[in-house]
Amino acid sequence: MLKVYHCDLHIHTCLSPCAELDMHPQALVDRALEKNLDIIAISDHNASANVPYVQAAAAGKNIRIVPAMEITTREEVHLLALLENLFALRELQTLIDRHLFGENDEDRFGVQAVVNERGEVEELNNQLLIGATDLSIDEIVDTIHRLKGLAIPAHIDRESFSVLGQLGFIDDNAHFDALEISGRTGLAKGRLQYPELRHYPFVTSSDAHFVRDIGTATTPLLLEAPTFAEIKMALAGQNGRRIVE
Amino acid sequence: MMKIEEIVQALGLEVKCAKDCLDREVTGGYTGDLLSDVMGNSKAGYIWITRQVHQNIVAVASLKEHSAIILINSSQPTAETMDKAEAEKIPIMVSDLPAFEISGKIYNLLTANS
Repeated sequence: MLKVYHCDLHIHTCLSPCAELDMHPQALVDRALEKNLDIIAISDHNASANVPYVQAAAAGKNIRIVPAMEITTREEVHLLALLENLFALRELQTLIDRHLFGENDEDRFGVQAVVNERGEVEELNNQLLIGATDLSIDEIVDTIHRLKGLAIPAHIDRESFSVLGQLGFIDDNAHFDALEISGRTGLAKGRLQYPELRHYPFVTSSDAHFVRDIGTATTPLLLEAPTFAEIKMALAGQNGRRIVE
Repeated sequence: MMKIEEIVQALGLEVKCAKDCLDREVTGGYTGDLLSDVMGNSKAGYIWITRQVHQNIVAVASLKEHSAIILINSSQPTAETMDKAEAEKIPIMVSDLPAFEISGKIYNLLTANS
């Protein structure tokens, strides 16, 4: 039977330099449960090492964790990759690691902590995660699709790091699976603001960098079960699955 | 006013595509990598200086009727960008200079010839 699942498909952890250290796996899962979220995607900037720990923190709980990453393309567009499993995530991470350069400066950009489900620091990532890869948006979208994932440009309504800000418009040849509208604008206003993008599915998410922001913007999906295949169908509007706008 | 050809000669730019469209007049210039900003603030006839190489630059230049695009720091246009630029007849040139320097040189050329 189809029912509505509340999804927040863009949440950072303390691995992102700009996120607070309190955003460790257990804390963010606890907060997501408090907010009655059914599905959350963990999407750090160009990194993903905390995803398995968030999954461990959520083990046995009534919440589904989608492996994800917020990739910075060569054009400085933030692109969300949602993936089915950790194998696909690891393959994507290997590619990103080969195309991301520079070292983090903790004092300027923030700490990038890999933290396990018990709240213990496993390691500090020293890559310049705030930087951009040298891969084009088209190359990254193709890679995500080869890995059977979903490619969603983040916060298209923001000026900075958005596909509309950086690239001016969305080309007809771009194969995005959905477009993310920031929580500040929301789905209804997003539809009014972008009539030319009416053919695209829209999602909205919290883009949480702080625990208190988790679940402040969510997308209701009509699904049979909280699985990746069902999410995929909902974004494509197949078999009765859909985004409830 | 100057023609694209004269700017190419004066600054030793490498012309990557639309080589037969260099007789257009350059009315001014704009430097920027945010395409939304370029769409909002540049004008017809301008030469556009940018670090972006994505194919959308051709659509923006065509829409705004720019005279040409200059890519900075020896950035190379992608194959799709080259194809579109040929089709839309938008010359793309490459400079090994950073945006600040090439913009300054073009500004000087244009004001000296105005």
